[in-house]
Amino acid sequence: HHWAVGWRLGNRPCDRNVAGLIPRADSLTDEQKEFQKVAFDFAANEMAPHMAEWDQNEIFPVETMRKAAQLGFGGIYVRPEVGGSGLSRLDTSIIFEALSTGCTSTTAYISIHNMCAWMIDTFGSNELREKFCPDLCSMEKFASYCLTEPGSGSDAASLLTSAKLQGDHYVLNGSKAFISGGGDTDVYVVMCRTGGKGPKGISCVVVEKGTPGLSFGKKEKKVGWNSQPTRAVIFEDCAVPVTNRLGSEGQGFNIAMKGLNGGRINIASCSLGAAHASVLLARDHISVRKQFGETLSNSQFLQFKLAEMATRLVASRLLVRQAALALQEDRPDAVSLCSMAKLFATDECFSICNQALQMHGGYGYLKDYAVQQFVRDIRVHQILEGTNEVMRMIIARDLLTES
Amino acid sequence: MAARVLVGVKRVIDYAVKIRVKPDNTGVVTDGVKHSMNPFCEIAVEEAVRLKEKKLVKEVVAVSCGPQQVQETIRTALAMGADRGIHVEVSGKDYDSLGPLQVSKILAALAKKEEASLIILGKQAIDDDCNQTGQMTAALLDWPQGTFASEVAVEGDKLKVIREVDGGLETIKINLPAVVTADLRLNTPRYATLPNIMKAKKKKITNVKPGDLGVDLTSRLEVLRVDEPPQRQAGVKVETVEDLVGKLKEAGRI
Repeated sequence: HHWAVGWRLGNRPCDRNVAGLIPRADSLTDEQKEFQKVAFDFAANEMAPHMAEWDQNEIFPVETMRKAAQLGFGGIYVRPEVGGSGLSRLDTSIIFEALSTGCTSTTAYISIHNMCAWMIDTFGSNELREKFCPDLCSMEKFASYCLTEPGSGSDAASLLTSAKLQGDHYVLNGSKAFISGGGDTDVYVVMCRTGGKGPKGISCVVVEKGTPGLSFGKKEKKVGWNSQPTRAVIFEDCAVPVTNRLGSEGQGFNIAMKGLNGGRINIASCSLGAAHASVLLARDHISVRKQFGETLSNSQFLQFKLAEMATRLVASRLLVRQAALALQEDRPDAVSLCSMAKLFATDECFSICNQALQMHGGYGYLKDYAVQQFVRDIRVHQILEGTNEVMRMIIARDLLTES
Repeated sequence: MAARVLVGVKRVIDYAVKIRVKPDNTGVVTDGVKHSMNPFCEIAVEEAVRLKEKKLVKEVVAVSCGPQQVQETIRTALAMGADRGIHVEVSGKDYDSLGPLQVSKILAALAKKEEASLIILGKQAIDDDCNQTGQMTAALLDWPQGTFASEVAVEGDKLKVIREVDGGLETIKINLPAVVTADLRLNTPRYATLPNIMKAKKKKITNVKPGDLGVDLTSRLEVLRVDEPPQRQAGVKVETVEDLVGKLKEAGRI
């Protein structure tokens, strides 16, 4: 029984939110509190007990993710008429933050899957939406987001994968790198060049696994995010129906960036969850570990450090939630805020997790202790979905354009 | 076939919270402390919803007694699949002294008013561990009871209940209408789904006062004092078995 199991595990992150511990700065609606509760319960019961095993054995936890999808986590901000839950970006952030306390790597993949489902729901024709979204929302099928190439990471608009129109098909040639889920997923949302150079020549098409000409590179060996496979995705004269295109020709880059605005909030939310769990782990460790005749929690240095960690976590959370609000309200500052939230939260939370590891002393370095997995898993959040350097580019451009 | 099921849900301090006694020893600290639905009540709700899904009951009504905050607990029941809720308003000193006797009177009155033919409750609440409300409710209504249920099956106008007792498992058959109390192994409660949480928003919760039900909330009990359990004392090491036997005799243990 889930609560009885949690009783034995004794360390559910949601239970430590009594006043005085980590102030959650909540002004959540009743529904949001319910969403959060379900997500925390699911994380504690279905994910946390397996997170180490999934990491060490590189298991892509399909059944667990499908269980999550049954609760509505497969298409959180996808419209209900195609199987989604129709919730807001803020609801989504709250949910991913809570899920991430159970397994950050798996939650991050679920967020990428959600981003792809949203892109199809928002920019796909009704036929495409009806064909793909229900299966994606139930996680009968899994999705991958394909933008990055060996030659174009931060400089995403210089991508080379070509899509030549031949009759009623685009023929794709090229390769994508570092694709989360690549090789195991079923539906690939691919940004490719249908026109001239630069962003305006890029379109977005949906490619299904099994399409002739679609193949995959070897599974990458990573420092973290091991519960999701990462592979190159290779297109060799891969023919895709024109009707699989999202939006119009030349709109692809725009669609990709719109997807990433939400993706950045989601990834930042995953970082928040990891940091939250890590602060609790550190707190518990220093309350128990004794040196020099007393518990580490009597050390003013560690007390101050813990206070700083909690403060920065709450500050990060507030920025991420504000960005989510701005995005769902379609405010003009939304893109900047999403970039700021991603930049700030992923940096701060990595630092928090890292300090939590330090507070564990030598034990923090052992894989028997969860804190090292949170550190390894969120390190990449400062890199993908736009490096934190690119986030600075976006924010600076916005600031300098106004002046 | 039971048309309407009443399920009692109690808002209690969350099981994982470390309980602290108030400095004046009149009770435990509840302000700012995380609360949730009593785990056995979750199991009761789950069983009721399953009966509805099997089309063995028509309507599941969740009931909670207490101040405004218990509406959260009722909403959780609605999100799990209950059809509507009843909030019996009890607050202040009345709420502090609310116990199984008062709640069972309320439930009995509601069962008559709502023409319920089945009441499912958790076997006990994890705050007071009384394990009385189900039994008292059945007595007040003069209904049969199937307590500590680990399995419930509808058989015509009767219920087969498998009970967890000290000696093992006991199977009984009781007539409807009846009261059942849920034990741990009756089922594993479902997670509320996001769509069901949204749907729960639209489900109705009606407010009722105990006076409207003709129930007198006066308590026959007075809590004199609440203390923490004694701190665990350090043990004593002994050298020989004879020493051990001697010490045990001294302590009056053997």
